[in-house]
Amino acid sequence: MVDFGGWDMPVQYTGVIDEHRAVRTAVGLFDVSHMGEIEIRGPEAAKLADFVTTNAVARLQVGQVQYSGLLYDHGGFVDDILVHKVAGDHYFVCVNASNQDKDFAHIRSQNRFDATVENAGARYAQIAVQGPRARVTLQKLTPVDLAAIRYYWFTDGEVSGCAARIARTGYTGEDGYEIYVPPADAARLWNELMQAGAEFGVKPVGLGARNTLRLEAKMALYGHEIDASISPFEADLAWIVKLDKGDFVGRDALLKQKESGLRRKLVGFEMRGRGIARDGYEVLLNGAAAGWVTSGSPSPTLNKNIGLCYLPAEEAQPGKPIQVTIRNQPVDAVTVETPFYKRAR
Amino acid sequence: MSMYPDNFRYTKEHEWVCVEGDMATVGITDHAQRELGDIVYVDLPKVGAKLERGASLGSVESVKAVSDVYAPVSGEVTEVNATLADKPEALNRDPHGAAWLVKVRLSNPAEVEGLLSAADYTAYVGAEK
Repeated sequence: MVDFGGWDMPVQYTGVIDEHRAVRTAVGLFDVSHMGEIEIRGPEAAKLADFVTTNAVARLQVGQVQYSGLLYDHGGFVDDILVHKVAGDHYFVCVNASNQDKDFAHIRSQNRFDATVENAGARYAQIAVQGPRARVTLQKLTPVDLAAIRYYWFTDGEVSGCAARIARTGYTGEDGYEIYVPPADAARLWNELMQAGAEFGVKPVGLGARNTLRLEAKMALYGHEIDASISPFEADLAWIVKLDKGDFVGRDALLKQKESGLRRKLVGFEMRGRGIARDGYEVLLNGAAAGWVTSGSPSPTLNKNIGLCYLPAEEAQPGKPIQVTIRNQPVDAVTVETPFYKRAR
Repeated sequence: MSMYPDNFRYTKEHEWVCVEGDMATVGITDHAQRELGDIVYVDLPKVGAKLERGASLGSVESVKAVSDVYAPVSGEVTEVNATLADKPEALNRDPHGAAWLVKVRLSNPAEVEGLLSAADYTAYVGAEK
């Protein structure tokens, strides 16, 4: 068990590689109750949500989910988030556990609208069911037609008799669902999901495999690929920025960055020489320090050592020979296309 | 009965040493491999390297992290376990046997007396949990 933002969480249950493979080939369960939830309500809830996030909240339909960024005025990330449109006057925002209080304070500080902001983390537990057998596992416990929930949509319904918000979202690169339930029901739901998934080979999955799964799918992790010093453009997340939607926090800084050009950009790489790149290791271009590794790990699916790094923007394209300094030795690597892993549909 | 061989000596950093004359075999303990999880890479010194007690001799990496291995004794490396380069996962299966790390010619055999006995180490990892 490790302390993760004040939560005691297992790094692994049966082993990182075993758990990782279960999610890629069958189904895995994640207790992600540490994730934070913030509710924005009121006649101008949409205006506040649009003003504090980078993506276009106005384009969301009821029941739709959107990946987005909360930025500071200078264009760096406060957090990356999921915005769920519950109703025209109600948005449900899922945020990173360790950023929850900061996010809540940030959104409140920008609230000059007819809207209320609630730090609602204590009212929700979250269980993620991920993998090719996630749907058949979860379907045993709910009357909701799960196949009818499209990717990045959600439905409010019941799972094993308890009120649940079921979103077809995830942090693994696999099909699956993230289920928000009252904390009092979470332990029972976990046990019932483990039973329901037994015939499909369900495994509980810890933080270790959560990281390798999201890295293969090139999903950002706050504190690694993104933080207060990194903009969405640098993090290769231009698709979550809608500059044409009207004013929002950080927009001026992003416009300026777009005009003047990026200094650095995120790019994927795989090791060619022996060794595993780790977070914070130096990256060399033509023998000179040029960037740093944000995440690095063996990839259990690809059987390669992979990573993400920041490089000068003009160099951040696939096919560049680079080196990663591993324990004072430069080790060969090459930049590659991402995501490293994409599921067959 | 302890799973830690009585003829080994141990460190609080979870290395073991098996001494025969002025030669010692060094490895990591079963407790260490369990704490690390799936081991995917092992970085060892070259034959001829001089080890200094307490200094890093190399590293063992699991999927999730890198851990230094510290020399439990001082001396010169006479042999490294080359099989671990291709089969690092052997460390998860047989850390006290086939997956030894290096063999060392001791430069100061008296250092061994300062290491933990199997009983002391068993008590130590029991208390650590």
